[in-house]
Amino acid sequence: MNTSHSISFSWLAGISLIFLFAFAEPAAAGSDDQFQHAERLYDTYCTQCHGVNRDGNGVNSVYMSVQPRDHSDPKGMGDIPNDEIIEVIKKGGLAANKSVLMPAWGDVFSDEEVKELTAYLRHVCQCGSDQ
Amino acid sequence: MKAYIFMVTSVSLITSSLAVSAADGPGILQSKCAACHALTKPDNTSLDRLWERKGPDLYYAGDKFNQPWLVQWLQDPAPIRPAGEFYRKHVKPGEKEDVIDESTITPHPRLPQDEAEAVADALMALTAPEGLIEKGKFQGKKVPMSMGRMFFTKLRGCAACHSTGPGQGGLSGSELLTGGERLQPDYIYSYIKNPQKIDQGVWMPKLDLSEEDLQRLTGYIVQLSAKEDK
Repeated sequence: MNTSHSISFSWLAGISLIFLFAFAEPAAAGSDDQFQHAERLYDTYCTQCHGVNRDGNGVNSVYMSVQPRDHSDPKGMGDIPNDEIIEVIKKGGLAANKSVLMPAWGDVFSDEEVKELTAYLRHVCQCGSDQ
Repeated sequence: MKAYIFMVTSVSLITSSLAVSAADGPGILQSKCAACHALTKPDNTSLDRLWERKGPDLYYAGDKFNQPWLVQWLQDPAPIRPAGEFYRKHVKPGEKEDVIDESTITPHPRLPQDEAEAVADALMALTAPEGLIEKGKFQGKKVPMSMGRMFFTKLRGCAACHSTGPGQGGLSGSELLTGGERLQPDYIYSYIKNPQKIDQGVWMPKLDLSEEDLQRLTGYIVQLSAKEDK
């Protein structure tokens, strides 16, 4: 009896694993692919101030009079509409009455890349949808 | 007559052997520098290249650096970019803020004086392609240091990434306390105006700066390293 129980448990566990690998894995990989370029851009240009962990604690943040935005904070990020995020990336903090320390990146990123970065920020904060 | 010919031949032989033993700047550039620095304009300006390169491009070094600084620095190379090149590969999360992982930064090689002089000569011969650097735009007007500092820190935000001394400014950009000693004013002006034109893809954005801003910031950086203004 015990043996048959343990066999059916193993069988169930095996099937579950197959399902996990067959379905969950590709979905996760798909989601990573979607943000691959934005993530690379973020790592190249944004982490110097916003931090390796996207939490506003970049290597430059120590000496700043205004702390960079914590992109991992759903509360702080959730209140900002997408239009404002796009505006600030392209034109800098002053465009939204925010800090001059956030420069304008509109000459570095294409419009498409700014949109990708905005979507990526939503992914990082796990907050807001298309507002 | 025979003695004269012998003397001339000996002198020229000695001279040519001296020339051979003297440091060969272009040769050293190729053998010691080319592995980390682009000595000709790279075709590839992708992000991948930016991540992979180990030192700044030098194909326009003759229009970038001041020769006396090069000679001195190559013998005693103090770090210019506190977080190295490329900064993202050398920072890691710290207790609160990200910190520089010094263990990942390779110090720049030191050269003996004769090699430093020869390499500086060779670097100064690497002039920028036409139009890369705007010549003669910096007017050289004296900038009141307090005003320059205000623009550099509070009004234009340069200090977010560039330091002007220990504890004064960010670490991902080059330090600018010695910027005026190191760099030609026309290069400083042109780079502030559009860093992406000179070094495509670099992690410094093109800012929307007025001509007055460009003059003021260039003047401030030039004066910062001048001893009388410290």
